[in-house]
Amino acid sequence: MFDYIVNYFNILLAYFNGLSILPYTLILITMIMVPLLILVAYYTYAERKIIASMQGRLGPNVVGPKGLLQPFADGVKLFFKEIVIPTDSNKFLFLLAPIITFTVAFAAWAVIPFDSVLVLSDINAGLLYILAMTSLGIYGIIIAGWASNSKYALLGAMRSAALIIAYEIAMGFSLVGVIMVSGSLNLGDIISIQKGSFFNWLWVPLFPLFIIYFIAGVAETNRAPFDVAEGESELVAGFHVEYSGMGFAVFFIAEYANMILISALTAILFFGGWLSPFSVESLGTFAVNDFTNNIILFFINDGIHWFILKTLFFMFCFIWFRATFPRYRYDQIMRLGWKILIPLTLVWIFVEMLFIHYKIGPWFN
Amino acid sequence: MPDIKSFTMNFGPQHPSAHGVLRLILELEGEVIVRADPHIGLLHRGTEKLAESKPYNQSIGYMDRLDYVSMMSNEHAYVLSIEKLLEIDVPLRAQYIRVMFDEITRVLNHLLWLGAHALDIGAMSVFLYAFREREDLMDCYEAVSGTRMHATYYRPGGVSKDLPLNMPKYEETKWKSKKEVNKLNEAREGTLLDFIENFTDRFPQCVDEYETLLTDNRIWKQRTVDIGIVSKERAFQLGFTGPMLRGSGIAWDLRKKQPYEIYDLLDFDIPIGTNGDCYDRYLVRIEEMRQSNKIIRQCVDWLKNNNGPTISDNNKITPPSRDEVKEDMESLIYHFKLFTEGYCIPKGEVYCAVEHPKGEFGVTLISDGSNKPYRLKMRAPGFPHLAALNEMVNGHMISDVVAIIGTQDIVFGEIDR
Repeated sequence: MFDYIVNYFNILLAYFNGLSILPYTLILITMIMVPLLILVAYYTYAERKIIASMQGRLGPNVVGPKGLLQPFADGVKLFFKEIVIPTDSNKFLFLLAPIITFTVAFAAWAVIPFDSVLVLSDINAGLLYILAMTSLGIYGIIIAGWASNSKYALLGAMRSAALIIAYEIAMGFSLVGVIMVSGSLNLGDIISIQKGSFFNWLWVPLFPLFIIYFIAGVAETNRAPFDVAEGESELVAGFHVEYSGMGFAVFFIAEYANMILISALTAILFFGGWLSPFSVESLGTFAVNDFTNNIILFFINDGIHWFILKTLFFMFCFIWFRATFPRYRYDQIMRLGWKILIPLTLVWIFVEMLFIHYKIGPWFN
Repeated sequence: MPDIKSFTMNFGPQHPSAHGVLRLILELEGEVIVRADPHIGLLHRGTEKLAESKPYNQSIGYMDRLDYVSMMSNEHAYVLSIEKLLEIDVPLRAQYIRVMFDEITRVLNHLLWLGAHALDIGAMSVFLYAFREREDLMDCYEAVSGTRMHATYYRPGGVSKDLPLNMPKYEETKWKSKKEVNKLNEAREGTLLDFIENFTDRFPQCVDEYETLLTDNRIWKQRTVDIGIVSKERAFQLGFTGPMLRGSGIAWDLRKKQPYEIYDLLDFDIPIGTNGDCYDRYLVRIEEMRQSNKIIRQCVDWLKNNNGPTISDNNKITPPSRDEVKEDMESLIYHFKLFTEGYCIPKGEVYCAVEHPKGEFGVTLISDGSNKPYRLKMRAPGFPHLAALNEMVNGHMISDVVAIIGTQDIVFGEIDR
């Protein structure tokens, strides 16, 4: 049955393939964007519910059953609010900034492989493209901070400008580690070299790099404990202090889309993306009947559900960190970045060189 | 090259970490503070002047509203000063009740401080954990006085009512099922003292829980260790009191050094710090919560075994009981006089201080022999602390300003009065 659905999907894709390239791509983009926006909406809901339960509160529970319509209520509220443009601000840049952040946050999804076939554009420099897109997001923040004509926003922009240098390098180096194993910048290739079982995934040989990548990812998305650019208790809201209504909402959506992106990337680079943690051959066949057999096999086999499951786990970690940690001071993040993360990645890249030289384990042969 | 000017920033009064209405003018070089200039007075309500126009007892309620997170401790200093001028005795049971509620207040205050301080530094969960326990203590306030915050419970000569024999209970709502409500009400079946006893049993574990999130947390340590150091000498010179002074390593506590009420009968320790930084003050306050818990427990044990009057029977100062008013002519007169004119205090001047959760809270009372104070002056512990803010934040960064405001445990009710 599931094969049938997948087949149907492929037929559908083939049909779209017949269309000329522009409408075909547009349809694919919609197919990524719409679920992603819904996921962002419910990510905010999940965040509020999960943090609430960690703190012994109830969380949103009024709008809709169990508060499930809360994200839409928030969305409608923000949509109808006035967009206030501060006096003496640079109007063009002020409005451009959220657009940059938003566009870049979603553009990065173009190269994410959801499945062995489901990828919008399977380009060879996928990883470089992602690095480029995620780093561009910081421009939105800096421009927003500068264009707001507010001292708090300016400080927020200054902090994030200083920070990007600290964590982007560590992030780049940890990706170098991944590229060294895969020998390719294509995300699909990076996943396929991790084929096998749970221990074939790259988190085993690259464990320190995985940790560093995720830490840098949290810093890049401006989330606790690295949320200094918007640090509620210090800079009120930092770079987006002057934004209201949709301007704020767009920043907000971009932030959450970025968090999902980082989670997805961690799943892809270190946890084998859509690969199943079980090796199907070792499990044998379940001879109950064909139908249940198929269902079980479908879940055990590689597929998009594994990718979603892994991504959800890392998304949960983001929320978990927020409920647990105090906030770093921004010079301390820089110290962490320069004095701990970067040297550690360099050392591990060296260790990895030895791994490769001696062809160790299932990963480097 | 143009002149490089420092960056002036208005921190507050509308700022999430301004702890109410602190307006702080910061001069920055980058993010480093060159000068911090606190402006006060945005919460000035003229308490001292108001008290001059009211009979003594009517100002007790104003005292709650000074430092609005340690309500009963404020009342205590005021009531003590009146008692000292009147030279009346307070029954022992009332003294125990007052001390118990002083310590409950200290825990209340320190819990709010802990939550707010952690929230300022970015750890948001501690705030809600602290408020979970605060809720129970607020219920104790409610049980004795009918209000959760501004209790107006202490009276010259004792306390207004004896401890109640039952606790307010939760009721079933749309959000709380019968089962949850029953669980919440479990500890509330007995008397107030049973409830407090139950609280003292579980509170140390709650403090451990807060500590697991903060004490050994690297980020917490990075944010508080060596931030806002005040040396022993400077702490003396700046007029620090309370945990701010003890954090710098000086074992000064009015409960030990000038014992009032029954503090000399109780067994407790004063924690002190060594380094005088935010982290030491954090540890001092955490330990103070544990010590307060110990004191509360001792008071509960005593109060359970000893009955007696809770207010002086001098009916010139304290109202006679309702029954007496109905039957006894003289009591009726006392009652009438007390609730119209109040009582007169002999001419004189007095200073009374208590170890308030934030430091030494003192009341100077000058009486000209009438039924209203001639002059009432409060010594708010937060005032000298705030005055030292500039010195403490100098050379630190904006994030540290937030941590230092938090460690000072500032409440504007008492500073602006």
